[in-house]
Amino acid sequence: MAIEAVDHSHWSPLLGRLWWDAIPPDPIVWVTFAGVMLGGIALVAALTYFKVWGYLWKEWFTSVDHKKIGIMYMILGLIMFIRGFADAIMMRLQQALAFNGSEGYLPAHHFDQVFTAHGVIMIFFAAMPFVTGFMNYIVPLQIGARDVSFPFLNNFSFWMTTSGAVLIMASLFIGEFGQTGWLAYPPLSGIAYSPYVGVDYWIWSLQIAGVGTLLSGVNLICTIVKMRAPGMNMMKMPIFTWTALCTNILIVAAFPVLTAVLTMLSMDRYLDFNFFTNDFGGSAMMYVNLIWIWGHPEVYILILPCFGIYSEIVSTFCGKRLFGYTSMVYATMVITILSYIVWLHHFFTMGSGASVNSFFGITTMVISIPTGAKLFNWLFTMYRGRIRYELPMMWTVAFMVTFTIGGMTGVLLAVPPADFVLHNSLFLIAHFHNVIIGGVVFAVFAGINFWWPKAFGFKLHEGLGKVSFWCWVVGFYLAFMPLYVLGLMGVTRRMRVFDDPSLHIWFIIAAIGAAVIAAGIGAFVLQVAFSIWKRKELACDGDPWNGRTLEWSTTSPPPYYNFAFTPVIHDIDAWTDMKRCDVKAPKAGFLDIHMPKSTGTGIILGGIATVFGFAMIWHIWWLAILTFVGMIGTAIVHTFNYDRDYYVPAGEVAEIEAAAHGQPLPAGA
Amino acid sequence: MRSSESHKMPRRPAAPPRAPVARIAAALALTGALSACNTVVLKPAGDVAQQQGDLVVMSTYLMLLIIVPVIALTLFFAWKFRASNTEADYDPDWDHSTQLELVIWAAPLLIIICLGALTWVSTHLLDPYRTISRIDAQTPISSQAKPLEVDVVALDWKWLFIYPEQGIATVNELVVPANRPLHFKITASSVMNSFYVPAMAGQIYAMPGMETRLNAVMNKTGDDFVGFSANYSGAGFSGMRFKMRSVDDAGFASWIADVKQGGANAAGSLEAKQYLDLEKPSENVPVLHYANVDPKLYGRIVDMCVEPGKMCMSEMAMIDARGGLGKAGIRNVAMLTYDKNGREAAVDATANPDAALTRELAWVRALCKQEAGAVIDNTVKAPADKNSLTGFGLSAPQSISLGGDADIQSTPARPSKISRN
Repeated sequence: MAIEAVDHSHWSPLLGRLWWDAIPPDPIVWVTFAGVMLGGIALVAALTYFKVWGYLWKEWFTSVDHKKIGIMYMILGLIMFIRGFADAIMMRLQQALAFNGSEGYLPAHHFDQVFTAHGVIMIFFAAMPFVTGFMNYIVPLQIGARDVSFPFLNNFSFWMTTSGAVLIMASLFIGEFGQTGWLAYPPLSGIAYSPYVGVDYWIWSLQIAGVGTLLSGVNLICTIVKMRAPGMNMMKMPIFTWTALCTNILIVAAFPVLTAVLTMLSMDRYLDFNFFTNDFGGSAMMYVNLIWIWGHPEVYILILPCFGIYSEIVSTFCGKRLFGYTSMVYATMVITILSYIVWLHHFFTMGSGASVNSFFGITTMVISIPTGAKLFNWLFTMYRGRIRYELPMMWTVAFMVTFTIGGMTGVLLAVPPADFVLHNSLFLIAHFHNVIIGGVVFAVFAGINFWWPKAFGFKLHEGLGKVSFWCWVVGFYLAFMPLYVLGLMGVTRRMRVFDDPSLHIWFIIAAIGAAVIAAGIGAFVLQVAFSIWKRKELACDGDPWNGRTLEWSTTSPPPYYNFAFTPVIHDIDAWTDMKRCDVKAPKAGFLDIHMPKSTGTGIILGGIATVFGFAMIWHIWWLAILTFVGMIGTAIVHTFNYDRDYYVPAGEVAEIEAAAHGQPLPAGA
Repeated sequence: MRSSESHKMPRRPAAPPRAPVARIAAALALTGALSACNTVVLKPAGDVAQQQGDLVVMSTYLMLLIIVPVIALTLFFAWKFRASNTEADYDPDWDHSTQLELVIWAAPLLIIICLGALTWVSTHLLDPYRTISRIDAQTPISSQAKPLEVDVVALDWKWLFIYPEQGIATVNELVVPANRPLHFKITASSVMNSFYVPAMAGQIYAMPGMETRLNAVMNKTGDDFVGFSANYSGAGFSGMRFKMRSVDDAGFASWIADVKQGGANAAGSLEAKQYLDLEKPSENVPVLHYANVDPKLYGRIVDMCVEPGKMCMSEMAMIDARGGLGKAGIRNVAMLTYDKNGREAAVDATANPDAALTRELAWVRALCKQEAGAVIDNTVKAPADKNSLTGFGLSAPQSISLGGDADIQSTPARPSKISRN
């Protein structure tokens, strides 16, 4: 059976490659599009009716407050997480249906986009915003700072990430997304085998979002290094801040590699270069190496802050100092360094010699030593503790068990001959979902439940939270344990149809598991909505969990300047120390506080970047040139804006502090 | 599900001797969850895959030594130190113990040292480039045993198997004699794939312009093994599967004879022209048998010069090794493009190969000649013997076949590298 390629060669100077054939030939997409359009119109109408546009613009979009940007990152992450999960459900359904001669309901062109988009969205636009959101919100509060080092840059970073997300969402309705797998290995992702816009959407959404990620990394490193409260030396930093520091070092060192490799692939695709083509001695193996030199540190970029979240939670809910703080810090640093020398374990099967494979296999295993030490540290923090099973702690215990299993299968895959039989199989899929869901997703839910009261002044509803928790945990095991079995049955990933009926039952179990996870996500959304509705009943003070670090010393939510006085630190658990010494919030003697001013430049630049990316994807050259010049111009114009900061008068600070500490419950709950 | 095999599973004869405890653990851990289904990775039909599967099991046991206590302790501490249990000790400031810290770093370290040693040894012994040293756990390999060579080409989206010794080729059907060493040379025509027969041996990537290798053996005969690509390669990826049969020597000989005589799946002989047709993307391709194969075909596939008028990669490497053509090299573009625009050009070339060849040679001639008539054209001719390659301080590229090259075959190749002979 021959393949009929669709001809997408149309090009016009005005619209580039954009033409009627950009409408995806797929009823599922049309229905989704109609739904999104109706929802979007309803949302815009509602926002207009309630006259909140001005509020959103002034208080959120243009805000340089790290707390608001952190919350916006979390919202972005949640929206994209739901999009990525929709892709997951579609895959599970397709693989459960496509048996006994059935083709399932997704043609190859659609299915291949779905699994590509799922991976890209979950890593870059769900997990990364979640992690960055937590770091943005928590780090300045934990180190006693009033904002990050470069508040405008922070706002700009957020909008660049959002710009990438907008592009990837646009690919759903205009044109197509890549059909290459999430890392787009050439030559398949080269112009010869992926001639249409799919890979270009992938390139430009990652390239633009990558600018945001990199700058936010620079910003947070600078913040942590330069803006710690007096007395907080490096070995008195809260462990979450430590993990954030290591993560941002990883970001700053690893993301330029991604930028470079994407640029090289762009040059192959746009300018007839031959870095990774079959022509002229191009080497696809070089691409695979480069992308994983970024890609492996990337997984530690995601997991390290999550380790930090669990550490804070374990210590808080066990009512105990973290066991082995020093070894925890060293473990984190060792992981940071080792994560750079293991990348080859993603492709033992490419045919490197046995000695090279052994080297990378063993370095990979070595990472499990500091990771194991961390696990023991949490374990011995629980030992002789008084464990309160609030939601964050439940997620943490679930993590400890689940992640241990994922770690074991990970070390197994690090043995090269074992990898030869398990590489690219569903065993691998089960492994990395085991560590990413068990590690990152569980941490996100633990962290949201933990810090929500800090951000909004009321707790999340516990009953619904428990429903969500149990659905997630049970759903996860149902969805992914069958994949381990299927991997041992020799089933490879990214398959669209199956001919062996004995596999069917496992795919059905996995699909049921995905449905249970869907219920967990539903329960979480409900939990948030219900808690907002019942926020008066759920209201809490600044320190609802008997917290240990500085963020709990502020009101909930914290005032926009965070701390009226910069605290002085004497202990790792600074707030516990202050509570023990009975430190009281000062009532007088306030000073003017120096704060940064909001600016619209970030969102404007992000908007122009979106159009620029779109123009590059569709080869609309005039628009690409125009928007590129526009971006540079806007950035230059912004440098002449000298009205960037202001002083909060001492009187206003006194009023806010009096309102916060004079009453049992903080204002604004 | 194959229940018939499952009862014997924990006591398979090929498994290396293990401690009884491990045996019992195997029975418990694996029969419970896995015996109901055909876990081919753990119960394959080939010795290499069997050793790899055993390694999976062995590494798992080694890690369970630490995983089980950690999970058990987690659950125990989580229960014991719950807030409602006021009986339990509470020591809010206890945060350090040098002995404990030593243990928690040393215990994983010890496991990793064991696993690391296992990894180093097994990775070298089970290197797919290394010829196998035994037929199975009991049978060492005899020194006369000549491996069967099969050249594997991953095409969009089907598999081509060339049997150089037998002079036949098949599409989507791999038949091998049981208990004879197998030596696969693997490449691809367009994008990356991975050659994987779970019942036989672990996978290895198939990549265009490069050659990877795999040594294996089948210990059981059987008709329903499957092989497939384990690396996503585009729209037809799901259908890129082939039947794999392992037969006895007589069966193999008669199968070869059948293919040579033609039959239900006969597709004539396989030469450059047929290959270029076959190479075009197609999905769910039925089994094809080619009674004859151009013996130079596989070498030219690896060298990316099956199409008339294309310059072989090795020739390009030669030109570059001599310092390149300078500016004249710019005009080599059409001869060197392999995917991209070169695809369409190749179609023209196939239609009228002589004209295309003449045209493209003319470009090089036009640029290389110093004066009319003095044509320096050794840049485009494939060298007649390999001395012309080694003569310039280079050893012969691995992938091209250069006449009587039995010595090259025995050298283990590495992708896109040059052997040292």
